[in-house]
Amino acid sequence: MKTQSYSSQKIFARTIQYTFCFLLLLIVVTPLYIGLLGGFKTMGQLMTDPFGFPIPFNIAKYTDLLTGKQGTFWVALTNSLIVSVGTISLTIVVCVLAAFALARMKFRGRELFKSYFMLGLLFPLAVAILPLYLQIRNMHLLDSYMGVILPQCAFQIPMTILLLRGFFLGIPQDLEDACAIDGYGPMGFLMHMVIPLSTPILSTTGILVLVASWNNFFLPLLVFNDVNKFTLPMGVMAFQGQHMSDWNMILAYLTLAMVPAIILFVAGQKYIVAGLTGGAVKG
Amino acid sequence: MKNKSSQFLLLAFLLGPALILFTFFVVIPVFQAAFFSLFKWNGLGPIVDFRGINNFKLLFADEVFHKALTNNLIIVIVSLIIEIPLALYAALIIGRKNFKFAILFRTFFFLPYVLSEVITGLLWQFIYHPQYGLVKMFFAFFAPGVDAPTLLGNPKTVLGAIMVAIIWKYFGFHMSILIAGLQDISEEVREAAKIDGASEGQTTRRIILPLLRPTLMISIFFSIIGSFQVFDVIWAMGKGDPVNSAETMVTYMYKFGMQRFNIGYGSAVAVTIFLICLTFSVFYNRQTLKSEGMTK
Repeated sequence: MKTQSYSSQKIFARTIQYTFCFLLLLIVVTPLYIGLLGGFKTMGQLMTDPFGFPIPFNIAKYTDLLTGKQGTFWVALTNSLIVSVGTISLTIVVCVLAAFALARMKFRGRELFKSYFMLGLLFPLAVAILPLYLQIRNMHLLDSYMGVILPQCAFQIPMTILLLRGFFLGIPQDLEDACAIDGYGPMGFLMHMVIPLSTPILSTTGILVLVASWNNFFLPLLVFNDVNKFTLPMGVMAFQGQHMSDWNMILAYLTLAMVPAIILFVAGQKYIVAGLTGGAVKG
Repeated sequence: MKNKSSQFLLLAFLLGPALILFTFFVVIPVFQAAFFSLFKWNGLGPIVDFRGINNFKLLFADEVFHKALTNNLIIVIVSLIIEIPLALYAALIIGRKNFKFAILFRTFFFLPYVLSEVITGLLWQFIYHPQYGLVKMFFAFFAPGVDAPTLLGNPKTVLGAIMVAIIWKYFGFHMSILIAGLQDISEEVREAAKIDGASEGQTTRRIILPLLRPTLMISIFFSIIGSFQVFDVIWAMGKGDPVNSAETMVTYMYKFGMQRFNIGYGSAVAVTIFLICLTFSVFYNRQTLKSEGMTK
């Protein structure tokens, strides 16, 4: 094996592979790098030297944004947090209950209910968006957080139930029987056994819902008219519209808006990938 | 589970909330879209002006919609011939057991996926900026004296420029799915091939790729369905302009449905998008199931 792996052909192949990967890495990182540093530059330096290190290192754009002198970063961040936390909480609670019934209870029409929810995997948000807008308007939920939280949750239901139900099905019947002997009914089994056992899948689904909610732009765009309700993607978009030519400030705002997503990514990458592929392979 | 009615109450408690939310905000709106598409209606007042399939006739006669549909198809095709092969090649390299820096590459290639599409779009708008962006620097370096092109302002180049941003954002996602698929292929299979004297290339082509096929089909499915629904990136990179040259079906629907409040016509676009995706899903799943003999 050793001799084989050092053959010249293999070295050649490896060289090509590493070159490919590093080139790709360069392409992926460059826009992020330029965005990150751009916010510290003057407009003049931005024009002459997009790659170089900012000289002088100018933090004014960032402090302007963070102190609220320019733009509404904190407001948008708060709104994004409220919408995301609301969406996650509601989605997890609603889907844990439903997936539990679909996985562990016996009743007539169970398969029918399951198929009904799975139908949702075929309905993209874009198809429903116009009637959804009218629905939200009729319920007087325009410019309210609930106007975004409820539909976002509804569109996450199929995937979340799919993932949770798959996991719940795998919990051994013995455990349920043991619970029954201890005098627990189905709810007792759910609370004392299923939920504590399900932390990995709950983290995975939670993070998937969080990413989808955090980055959602289409629905908030329809529901929120009031600038004070804008989420981060909307805030960034509006800010760019107002400050067309101050690119260093726009880049600073973009960088700030990226930070929460990147923190989330570093913390939850494992769960994100597991959720995407788990859902994909089992779906 | 003492008796029938307590069982019913428990089920209602468990399934009720999900059923109500799902029915009210997903199922009903989809059917409403189908209903609205048969009327001329601005979303206010009674819905009475029945037009039959007239909205669809107008839609299919509109050049801008042709452009939008064509653009969606271009995005599908470019994803299939550039994004997926790129992701596959990267996955095959990085998914190897003894590849150095694998975690570094994986992490960074996947990173753009978690950024919002709007942020991605605006970042690339800066990259393409003719006075500040990278493109300008590129021209200053390789072709001094030549003015940098405004890639996003030119109907001929705008879609290509946006495609670069889309691939930048999504190839790592597909790569991650494919790497997960590779990890499900047991090491023994590779070892066996090696013992039989197969070269690395032969193993990949004859053994790994066929085994990876189901995962690849899923990745392609996501890519195509996603390509038919592109909106955010386009919106953040010029809203489908100049002169509708980067319009997609969803931006077209948004412009007619929300900006001009032509709910009936916009719904006809929504129904068309839905039918395209549905037809594709059914056909694709049938083909995949047929050729894989996969369960579920």
